[in-house]
Amino acid sequence: MEEVDKLISILSPIEREVLPHLSIGEESKIASESGMDVAKVKRALAYLDNKGVIKMRFEEKRMIVLGDNGHLYIKNELPERRLLIALSRKKQLSMQDAKKEAKLSDNEVSVALGTLKKKALMEFKQGKMTLNASNKEILKPFLEEIFLKSLPKPFSDLKPEEKLALENLKKRRDIVKVEEVKHSAYEITSLGKKLLKNLNKVKAYSKNTIEVLNSDMLKTGSWKGKEFRHYDIKTGAPKLHGGKRHFMNQSIQYARKIWMDMGFQEMEGDIINTAFWDFDSLFVPQDHPAREMQDTFFLKEKGKLPDKKLVQAVKAVHETGGKTGSKGWQYEWDEEKAKRLVLRTHTTVLSAKTLTNLKKSEWPAKFFTVGRNYRNETIDWKHSFEFNQTEGIVVDPNATFRDLLGYLKQFFTKMGYPQARFRPSYFPYTEPSIEIDVFHPIRKEWVELGGAGIFRPEVSEALLGEKVPILAWGPGFDRIMLEYYKIKDLREIYSNNINQLRNMKFWIK
Amino acid sequence: MAIVNLNKKLLEKKTGKITDKLRNRISMMGCPIEAETPEEIQVDITPNRPDFLSQQGIERSLLTFIGKKKGLRKYTSKKSGYQLIVEKSLPKEWPYAFACIVKGLKFDDEKIKEVIQIQEKLGSTLLRNRKKGGIGLYPLEKIKFPVKFIGMHPDKIKFRPLEFPKEITGRQILQKHPTGRDYASICEKWSKLPVFVDKSGKLMSMPPIINSHDMGKINESTTEVFVEVTGTDFNILQKALTIMVTTLADLGGDIYSIDCVQQNKKKITIPNLIPEKMKISTKNVNKLLGLELKDKDVKKFLEMMGHDYSNGTVSIPSYRVDVLHEVDLIEDIAIAYGYENFNETIPNVSTIANESKIEVLKNKIAEVLIGLDLLETYSHSITTYEDECKKMHTKKELIHLSEAKTNYKDMRATMLPSLMKILSNNRDVDYPHRIFEIGKVFEKRKNEITEKTNLALTLTNSNFTEVRQVLEYLAQMLDLKVEFKETTHDSLIEGRTAKVFINKQEVGIIGEVHPKVISDFRLLVPVAAFELELDKVLKLI
Repeated sequence: MEEVDKLISILSPIEREVLPHLSIGEESKIASESGMDVAKVKRALAYLDNKGVIKMRFEEKRMIVLGDNGHLYIKNELPERRLLIALSRKKQLSMQDAKKEAKLSDNEVSVALGTLKKKALMEFKQGKMTLNASNKEILKPFLEEIFLKSLPKPFSDLKPEEKLALENLKKRRDIVKVEEVKHSAYEITSLGKKLLKNLNKVKAYSKNTIEVLNSDMLKTGSWKGKEFRHYDIKTGAPKLHGGKRHFMNQSIQYARKIWMDMGFQEMEGDIINTAFWDFDSLFVPQDHPAREMQDTFFLKEKGKLPDKKLVQAVKAVHETGGKTGSKGWQYEWDEEKAKRLVLRTHTTVLSAKTLTNLKKSEWPAKFFTVGRNYRNETIDWKHSFEFNQTEGIVVDPNATFRDLLGYLKQFFTKMGYPQARFRPSYFPYTEPSIEIDVFHPIRKEWVELGGAGIFRPEVSEALLGEKVPILAWGPGFDRIMLEYYKIKDLREIYSNNINQLRNMKFWIK
Repeated sequence: MAIVNLNKKLLEKKTGKITDKLRNRISMMGCPIEAETPEEIQVDITPNRPDFLSQQGIERSLLTFIGKKKGLRKYTSKKSGYQLIVEKSLPKEWPYAFACIVKGLKFDDEKIKEVIQIQEKLGSTLLRNRKKGGIGLYPLEKIKFPVKFIGMHPDKIKFRPLEFPKEITGRQILQKHPTGRDYASICEKWSKLPVFVDKSGKLMSMPPIINSHDMGKINESTTEVFVEVTGTDFNILQKALTIMVTTLADLGGDIYSIDCVQQNKKKITIPNLIPEKMKISTKNVNKLLGLELKDKDVKKFLEMMGHDYSNGTVSIPSYRVDVLHEVDLIEDIAIAYGYENFNETIPNVSTIANESKIEVLKNKIAEVLIGLDLLETYSHSITTYEDECKKMHTKKELIHLSEAKTNYKDMRATMLPSLMKILSNNRDVDYPHRIFEIGKVFEKRKNEITEKTNLALTLTNSNFTEVRQVLEYLAQMLDLKVEFKETTHDSLIEGRTAKVFINKQEVGIIGEVHPKVISDFRLLVPVAAFELELDKVLKLI
């Protein structure tokens, strides 16, 4: 009995409402008898099923329903009926007149004609349709008409003559449809039977308990001494989703915070740059493969070069090494090639620009950015034409290679990768150059993240006009982010599937 | 990056058993291992080390790196007494040629394949897909000296190219021969094409395209080869040849020099195997790397990298192309010291952080909008004309990207189309959709290209009043005064569209999206939207 009492205490109002009608055994009938709407009954039954009061069964049922033309004909009569009425008025009609008189399309008139002939209600005389039916026959409804009006109907309930009507109508366009409908039925469990025997208790309980606490009760204190109806905690609640930042930006904000915590100033700047900034200022020779159309997005337009002094300094390091003590690339540097506009291929552009504006009095100085870059790529699960980099430079007369490794180690530790490994690598603008791998603690393997190094004198001296070591890095960012959110496909970053965005976990580090 | 396959059996003969430690050494020398099979180790080669493009080249460096050998490997050449004459008739685009001889080679099928591979790889990397130059090898026995390098009219050139059934003209080679077609773009516009001719007048090849089948095909009986390089870059060409012949020397050959008379009549004896000298200061090494090395350590590490060192001067092997500056040697020392052996340091330097102003604004705006249950999106800034203009019923000149590999070929000029596209892609997701995005947009006006940071926001199942409420709330939170002035816009419904003014300055547009636009994005819900230029807003804060 205790079980039933417990059960009674957690019944919701709609469950209580449906209980007295439960033995009817069918949703729609409960609805019509109780006056509740069907959706409400469905919900109540689902709750009762959850509580083990009833056991729901779902079965697929074939239902015959009206098609689009079916609905139309119910309103306007079947074509054969319309033709029969027209004939009953005029007794004899030519094809053209029949169409006009009965308002039938070409298609309809031929169907109507065939049907009436088959029913022997009409015949052809001298090439004209002639009525062949008594008044009584005219007034008698067709089998098909009776059938259409009875829809929707389960296939299993059809009588033989209805099946015949169905066969006839199925041959015609869109009058009837057969639909698979999910049909639910239930039986009352033994617990349910016990509960139904105690309906009076249910009623009494609801009278003595509070369903919704309201301001009046609080004002008057009428809640005192009463019990609150218990909720079924096991029942789930509908999902909520709030506003939030895109997961990519959440992780970018975190990376920005790491750099700022370490005293770095943020850099910002344009996506579209001259090749001068993207390549030449960084000592990338003008015939370098990265500067070809198949790797880099070029614009038709050309841009302006910065002041002559800087252009000359860059030209000099390319051609002869300038005053840096380098041999340079030893070719004739072409100003026109440097004017071409590109979508930046790396955030290192921002570092280059920052350096040209930095005064010696501002040393030591540290800068960072997290930004979007572009390369002319096709798109698949691991390639994209847009990607993010986290860029940093340190201008410090005392900076060393060991410091470079230190800053990077610190950053990746905070990003969740305490184990970092550095390998020799090559970039035209850094020497020494390193490749950064981090150890993936779950997949137990090294993940390659990108490059870093110390700017070559050909870069730092041309841009800054001073000899000073500049630590620089620009590892990719998307990969760490994908790992965190367990995304396999780069395309998902930009897919903006609202369901995914609503359900995606927050970046917590 | 180029890939080189190391034959494990051959490698083991030189280095001893291949262990994990050796694999690590290969990787820490700067050749990351990409893959491994029972027969081969596949390594990645960075463009600064074309001397690593062969098994011999990698072994040469690995042996000093792991301590089996020490210092500079000496290569010498004897005089062959032959001449190469480079003539003025050459196309001006292809002015240089150098050549030498290697004798005493024992080729088998494997070795021939290997030599061809090095030649190909040097051509595709150091020589930039042969645009800078090409390398050719010929059996010496067929050649009568002096050899001339001359320019000829494409229709007058006639020989049987490698692996081709018959003799054809130079022009036909570029059209019909598979290699000819591959590289035709380099020289098809030249009025004359360069060819090697020997003393008896036989055409040997048409660089940088293809050799003659009769004169320029190496086989297993070949023991002596004529090696040439031609092209555009005086220095790089000589380096490419040096890498090629030192590799052949490592395969057991003896190098013989040729006097190469250039167009200016200057005689250059090739190859130049003399090590280049460069000064290095131990103080600079220690300063840059943060170490406390002594001269003898510097010497040890440089010798591990295949250099010689004595009294502050380094002798650099002639096959190295990447040593432009002292820092390149310092990197070599760092590699020899071992990147894994550096203790990381965080310097005790105080600097003050600073957040970019526009980022601060972007984050504040995001914070306000999230409080209103809006979802932030993240879309591509490269778009299609279709999405940006056609579906929006607007006309704009977009910034076009040359030879883009996907259908996305234009830069977006506004943010709103990106959001409309997102709504369009989420038709089957529970409504309402309340989204916003802040991103870069790109505009071209009178040939002037400008970049802006815009904010766009859309509400579905919504109207002018609701989207206006959002904007007014946002403005209030940013302590700005917003006003509206009725206007028209091609993408918005007339009578429900306004210009947005903040503190009297026009900063954007607000309105209900026109049903023709909604339909073109295949949506069935009303959409209200605004778009603001944040750079202007920033100036008002």
